[in-house]
Amino acid sequence: MIAIIDYGINNLDSIKNALDKLSIPAVVTCDATVINQARILVLPGVGAAATGMNNLKMLGLDKLLTSEVRNGKPLLGICLGMQLLMDWSEEGNVHCLGFVDGIVEKFTDKLKVPQIGWNQMQIIDVQSPLLTDIPDTSDFYFVHSYFCNPDDKNVIVGTTIYGQPFCSIMKQDNIVGVQFHPEKSGKIGFQLLQNIINYFLL
Amino acid sequence: MITKRIIPCLDMTQGKVVKGVQFINFRDAGDPVELAKKYDEQGADELVFLDITATVDNRDILLDVIKRTAKEVTIPFTVGGGIRKKEDMQQVLRAGADKVGVNSGGVKRPELLSECAETFGSQCVVLSLDAKRVGNQWNVMINGGRTDTGISAIVWAKNAVKLGVGEILLTSIDTDGMKQGFNIELTKAVASVVNVPIIASGGAGKLEDFKDIFQQGNADAALAASLFHFGECTIKEVKNYLRDNDISVRL
Repeated sequence: MIAIIDYGINNLDSIKNALDKLSIPAVVTCDATVINQARILVLPGVGAAATGMNNLKMLGLDKLLTSEVRNGKPLLGICLGMQLLMDWSEEGNVHCLGFVDGIVEKFTDKLKVPQIGWNQMQIIDVQSPLLTDIPDTSDFYFVHSYFCNPDDKNVIVGTTIYGQPFCSIMKQDNIVGVQFHPEKSGKIGFQLLQNIINYFLL
Repeated sequence: MITKRIIPCLDMTQGKVVKGVQFINFRDAGDPVELAKKYDEQGADELVFLDITATVDNRDILLDVIKRTAKEVTIPFTVGGGIRKKEDMQQVLRAGADKVGVNSGGVKRPELLSECAETFGSQCVVLSLDAKRVGNQWNVMINGGRTDTGISAIVWAKNAVKLGVGEILLTSIDTDGMKQGFNIELTKAVASVVNVPIIASGGAGKLEDFKDIFQQGNADAALAASLFHFGECTIKEVKNYLRDNDISVRL
């Protein structure tokens, strides 16, 4: 069972719908017992980092996620959910969960912000099990104004160029983060989602 | 490099897709969820649903269409029509829409845009702007294109971005349904004053029109309805044509 973390932000059902289509059992929940029993956690999210962190804290989910992840439970962060895995975000100067060392930065004002649309992912870690059957420069759907800049470049699985290259997919042990929305990226996105789940279940 | 997006638009009334010419004379174009699935399979980059009548009765039908679409399609979609308060937007997002278009409701009460952007994030607030040439400027039209607000479309676009909208769906009423090409002049003018993506809408009639709106109009996405609904060309044909003309698209 996968627990999709419900922390009072919108569009949690899109990841649920995608997992349903892949016939992967999942529940949307903020219940500690359910989260504790789940094999995999998914932290989805659109919206502002400060709101996201506040909501997590209010529900006591920051501490719960920390203990689960420290105990080795797999966690997938999507979009804002990926950004919240870092130490700190420039968006509202907020401290995040700190599972991955590094910060979240804003795109320069010279670009159209948010980046909205389909952009290519350049494969960095060619050996990554996450990228089985995912060709280099496949298009994924992005909607964001901020991006993750991890300290340890070895966690970067793939990058995308928007004004500059940024980390669009990262992996650190039991943690995976994707800046794009695999659940909204057509067939290739579903393939990636399946790969991530397969990796977590190994 | 970010690709240019091709977006089929599904204008709906009473849960059915319809298509008009310059916002009147509507023809039935079929079931929205079936069409949405078809466009997803054909390679559409996104979808837009507009509830063009947007009455209270229609609200439940619309929410049902959104819920069913969310389960079927694998790409993002925007829903607009009748958004007057934050709660309307919340309902539509909860039903499964990725973005919400705000039109008349935002003109009548501009704070609606900032309230929605603060609560849900700029990335899901789309300004739906219907513009019509009046004298030597473009005016913002509301109530399904029936009411001229007298407000300059350029000024309104700038203000709306300051209020927090993350994207503009710009429809030219003058070119809508005429199939003589998008309104390049209008799109270029709006694109030059804001730094959010612009979806150009109204007037697609042939393949060249898409190339022109991207290359000359500086649009980030192009929206079309009848061209696709009535099978005059497919999304694949448009994208192949654009690729052959060195415009980056997702294939």
